[in-house]
Amino acid sequence: MLSTDISLDTLPKLLIHNASAIGKRPAIRHKDLGIWQTWTWLETLEEVRAFSVGLSELGLRRGDRFAIIGGNRPKLYWAICAGQALGAVPVPVYADAVAEEMAYVLSHAEVTLAVVQDQEQVDKIAAISDRLPQLGRVVYDEPRGLKDYDHSRLVAFEDVQRIGRKRIAIDPDCLQRWEAGVADGKGNDLAIILYTSGTTGRPKGVMLTHENTIVSARNANAFDQLGQDEEVIAYLPIAWIGDHIFSYVQSYVAGYCVNCPETPDTVVEDRREIGTTYAFAPPRVYENLLTLTMVRMADASALKRKLFDFFIAIARRWGEKILNHEKVPLTARLLYAIGNLLVYGPLKNRFGLSRIRVAYTAGEAIGPEIFRFYRALGINLKQLYGQTEASVYITAQPDGEIHAETVGKASPDVEVKISEGGEVLFRSPGVFVGYFKDPDKTAEVRTPDGWVHTGDAGFFDPKTGHLKIIDRAKDVGRLKDGTLFAPKYIENKLKFYPNIREAVAVGVGRDFVCVMVNIDLMAVGSWAERNNVVYSSYQELAGHPLVYDMIAQHIDEVNRSLAEEEVMAGAQIRRFLVLPKELDPDDGELTRTQKIRRAFITERYAPLVEALYHGATVAEISTEVTFEDGHKGAIAARVAIRDMQPYAGRVAKMERAA
Amino acid sequence: MRAPSSPEMLLAVEDVSLAFGGVQALTGVSFDIRKGEIRAIIGPNGAGKTSMLNVINGFYQPQSGRITFKGKARTTMRPYAAAQGGIARTFQNLALFKGMTTLDNIMAGRALKMRCGFFWQLIRHGPALKEEVEHRRRAEEIIDFLEIAAIRKIQVGRLPYGLQKRVELGRALAMEPDLLLLDEPMAGMNLEEKEDMSRFVLDINHQYGTTIALIEHDMGVVMDLSDRVVVLDYGRKIADGTPGEVKCDEGVIRAYLGEPQGTSG
Repeated sequence: MLSTDISLDTLPKLLIHNASAIGKRPAIRHKDLGIWQTWTWLETLEEVRAFSVGLSELGLRRGDRFAIIGGNRPKLYWAICAGQALGAVPVPVYADAVAEEMAYVLSHAEVTLAVVQDQEQVDKIAAISDRLPQLGRVVYDEPRGLKDYDHSRLVAFEDVQRIGRKRIAIDPDCLQRWEAGVADGKGNDLAIILYTSGTTGRPKGVMLTHENTIVSARNANAFDQLGQDEEVIAYLPIAWIGDHIFSYVQSYVAGYCVNCPETPDTVVEDRREIGTTYAFAPPRVYENLLTLTMVRMADASALKRKLFDFFIAIARRWGEKILNHEKVPLTARLLYAIGNLLVYGPLKNRFGLSRIRVAYTAGEAIGPEIFRFYRALGINLKQLYGQTEASVYITAQPDGEIHAETVGKASPDVEVKISEGGEVLFRSPGVFVGYFKDPDKTAEVRTPDGWVHTGDAGFFDPKTGHLKIIDRAKDVGRLKDGTLFAPKYIENKLKFYPNIREAVAVGVGRDFVCVMVNIDLMAVGSWAERNNVVYSSYQELAGHPLVYDMIAQHIDEVNRSLAEEEVMAGAQIRRFLVLPKELDPDDGELTRTQKIRRAFITERYAPLVEALYHGATVAEISTEVTFEDGHKGAIAARVAIRDMQPYAGRVAKMERAA
Repeated sequence: MRAPSSPEMLLAVEDVSLAFGGVQALTGVSFDIRKGEIRAIIGPNGAGKTSMLNVINGFYQPQSGRITFKGKARTTMRPYAAAQGGIARTFQNLALFKGMTTLDNIMAGRALKMRCGFFWQLIRHGPALKEEVEHRRRAEEIIDFLEIAAIRKIQVGRLPYGLQKRVELGRALAMEPDLLLLDEPMAGMNLEEKEDMSRFVLDINHQYGTTIALIEHDMGVVMDLSDRVVVLDYGRKIADGTPGEVKCDEGVIRAYLGEPQGTSG
């Protein structure tokens, strides 16, 4: 472990330290023109410094906010550090945000400069520039397509560095001044403002200090013994706290190397080439990998399929126990070893997880079945529970203490408690300073003695002592008869099925539970191909009676598993429908981190919800959709509704209801 | 946004006629292509558009007429010579090496630029290796430009049609042509693919300054992309001018929509 030194209390200081302590080691890589380009810590320092001095020449000052917009590029990570070295505050923005969202964040943060990846982002900013009077220069990474643009405000990343290098060359004191500026930085200076995508309302700017992020990163590195030798791949949005801590702060603290993929489409390939040892991903990434595998297996030859099924069954039975170093019979070990050779190894290689030591899933609850699948293959997948307001870490599963349905124990230095209303509260050195320009919201969320309301309902599992999250506190409701109803709990059970991409459960204050389902086009499309189901559009496939039969079967299985749980048995699904369009962040139905916005969806699809509760077997809906290029259109559909038969549960109440 | 087309002539077609037996494919067609412009050739089915392209790149030998390319006049030329002279093309029906990867297909486009002999390439050492590294770099630049990095190592036969079209464009670009001939680059594409392809055509014209002649049926695309349009019908030129001029030309409207009496073309 590097840098437990107390004086290394800002990220630019860590960079200078790494450049002198491990200067020859790789700091960041980027696959460009098909070849991995590497920058050592020493080279990174030089790049960051040149850009930083250049930014200062362009007028960026201590306390200024500046935007970072784009994919996972070394230059954008350097820009974050370069700005921080001047005491300016980076504000990363989701690159796929539509102009409207971007306008809100940029004007709320009052950014004076923006560092962006390419023409697409330049265009977006140009489209909203009349609402951003404070915005000055726009620095871009990729010049492609920008040749004929008005360059009075635009400047290339390299040109900013050139300005910086020139200044350093002609002014001998410049370097000292820059380093003195870095030394002036304090741990409790504002390091970054991250806008949370927010499942409700406007995004809020979470302000974090250097100390917040560095202490969190240091604890996380110690928790999993992460050192200089780790290889990680940076592919999640840089505006997300997870990526910020994992691909930037933890790397600076531990001195490990961050790899930037060639394009977003090549991540799996790139991950395989790098052989990441530490990974961090929302459940969706693991779900997609699994869906892809299952789809491919369904198309494989009978022999391969048999082999796969046989060894996956072995893995499910013994894999986790082996991973947890439990006692396992010799024959099982042998079979597992053969399976590893024939199935698990190649599969892990496909996933790019052959060298993985620790993989985390966070952001949302993962289906226990998916979670166990990866662990069964011998991948040390663990869950953690975190928030932007906590600089990520609230709880995490320690090695060897993995319980699929919990999120683990409080992380180092974090205190967690449950309020009387069942809400999870925490207190830690990572707790945020406040929401930018929003003291009222800050006061709502953080108590005077430093406890933060997570907004999540949960409890400590009496058997294991680990935290279990049920749902968003405000989403946990009750049916009309008082039965507990946790929509996300039901949705997650449904989403385990590869055929179901999203599910929205409704039922608060109603007589029973209904769900609206989004099919997974890849999985269902491949199923349709194999079963000669003809369709011409997503909408037609979604409404196909055979698809309904298939979904009904999944829901039936979920109902059976709900019936087995005392608390949830009353909340079985009685009716469902398949939505005619994919839920999409561009339409505001999902957040940028792909979480469903339940309230918005139930409002938008109100006619469908009404039909679900009024016994209709078919409903009409017309909705507006936003295409990728931003223009809007409408789709209209007739949607069928099916009834489900609930299982008699262990609870007496069920009999009454049924 | 378009770079102004310099009036310098890159290619001039003068009074070209082409016949296959009794079928007159082209009759006395003359037009020119200026350096740096995007020139569209349009016309109803069977108007002789593809024949025109085939004449330009030397695949067909016209019975009469003259073609001047980069100041040099000629009547006959072989496709190989045309390619060496700086004319590259894509085809209406794809003509890729289906069993080869995207990268290999694009590298094939570099074949004419390879200077090392067969022997050196066989042992892949010294100058041959150095040269290959350079060619690979150029190929990778094109892959990056056309955003096909994710399919670099995939056999093109397994790719969807729209992507194959893009690979074919990449192979043509790999020749670093002065004149790029595109035969219906957007045929069979959906709206999104068309938008992507249009973007690439414009970007190629911008970034590399490549002169482009394209045949296209989608009038929206033609009107948006091209600087000038030449219209053929029954092997004859019936109009020539800016998209705006051509759109209003009565002869063109007649060719596409037919005579008011219903004697359609």
